[in-house]
Amino acid sequence: MAIPTDTLPKQEVKLSKEEVLRYSRHLIMPEVGLEGQLKLKRARVLLIGTGGLGAPLGLYLAAAGVGHLGLVDFDVVDFSNLQRQVTFSTGDVGKHKTEAAKARLSGLNPTIEIETFETRLTSENALDLFRDFDIIVDGTDNFPTRFLVNDASFLLGKPNVYGSIFRFEGQATVFGYPGGPCYRCLYPEPPPPGLVPSCAEGGVLGVLPGIVGSIQAMETIKLILGSGDPLVGRLLLFDALGMRFRELKLRKNPACPLCGEHRTITKLIDYEEFCGIRGEEAPPMTDGIPEITAKDLKSRQDRGDDLFILDVREPHEYQICNLNGKLIPLGDLPRRVNELDSSREMVVHCRSGKRSADAIQFLQKAGFKKLLNLKGGVLAWADEVDPTMPKY
Amino acid sequence: MAVKVMIPTPLRQFTGKQASIECSATTVGEALGSLTGTFAELRKHLYTDEGKIRSFVNVYLNDEDIRFLDKENTHTKDGDTISIVPSIAGGSSKQPKN
Repeated sequence: MAIPTDTLPKQEVKLSKEEVLRYSRHLIMPEVGLEGQLKLKRARVLLIGTGGLGAPLGLYLAAAGVGHLGLVDFDVVDFSNLQRQVTFSTGDVGKHKTEAAKARLSGLNPTIEIETFETRLTSENALDLFRDFDIIVDGTDNFPTRFLVNDASFLLGKPNVYGSIFRFEGQATVFGYPGGPCYRCLYPEPPPPGLVPSCAEGGVLGVLPGIVGSIQAMETIKLILGSGDPLVGRLLLFDALGMRFRELKLRKNPACPLCGEHRTITKLIDYEEFCGIRGEEAPPMTDGIPEITAKDLKSRQDRGDDLFILDVREPHEYQICNLNGKLIPLGDLPRRVNELDSSREMVVHCRSGKRSADAIQFLQKAGFKKLLNLKGGVLAWADEVDPTMPKY
Repeated sequence: MAVKVMIPTPLRQFTGKQASIECSATTVGEALGSLTGTFAELRKHLYTDEGKIRSFVNVYLNDEDIRFLDKENTHTKDGDTISIVPSIAGGSSKQPKN
């Protein structure tokens, strides 16, 4: 079954001689053929996010001849993106992602239209943005936006091609297919902030979004062509370390608040509130935690004060840069607390100050009194004291 | 009944980095109980304070979601695989935030 791409007015399209040559490897396959290629040319696909998943998505959909691509992103290209966001070149650092991606995709295929939306997706703009597209592809990186993409796609009756990644693991499926489940059928609620070990456990192997985003691109093209078995009602799990694909059944939940029998969600809501956060990076809870700035720490060290430095990051982070402190990862602190001397004044630090604040709360409960949190962590040290220290 | 419990990447830090754990159980609840008995840290990531499986964690017996079977009372057979599948949100995975 093809997804209903005929809900939007479509003009007659043809392929030019150059396009016939460009798409010849599609055209000679009966599963695509001229009819399929024209479907691709007529299709309108909106990519939410032009990052790790958005890179292979944009490249393959543009190369395949999807006639109208929308790109939504508010971010600018950062040096640390280049390890996986293969749409961008080193020279793109500092440019808006939508513009850099548009330039790259237009270079790849000048025959398609690319529309950019340099904005954060919100409950206010999502329906208007989605309305003009046939298929929505979710390449975002946070829970509020994922619930928003799901709800807005469902409310407009558009399929939502889903992919997500974590370190070495990926998930993919198609939500919002007629009669199929939605994201809320799979997960009714997001995890509360702080419970999912995302911070110290962050990071991703660069190839992983390439694989998961390519699966999303494949499913998008299959939906447009109406061929094959779409990844509907099935959750594909990919374990890159074990190099295993597994498939789990994904059922429509009759009690789903969005698509179930007794719907309670009939319009878009406040997704940040729903996910228990305000702003993407909630400020760390530092109430009652004494702090020291990087500059003050440096001057006290220079003065010869006896300060014990405790680093609560992970060993692989310590290898990148450190302040010659004693390394006890936050997770190991409870069983290694006896290695610490509570009589000495102690400065606790991590990368930016959140984990060290947690460590200080733990140490305070364990009876430690002379504790200071390095405000801004090693990042602040690199900015304010030692510019030669690498940041990550 | 020997069953295998598959541990997802985000929770492996609580199982001594093991990707799967073999245990003996006749129901899914028993298997998870045995798991959280051995790895106490895992408990708060799987269960709410009221002892219910968290709504952002799904548990599958082989390829079926236990919410659509007999939930934690779902019986297990020798050789069954239980999968814990938490929601993950990464798309481009920004750098660690702390």
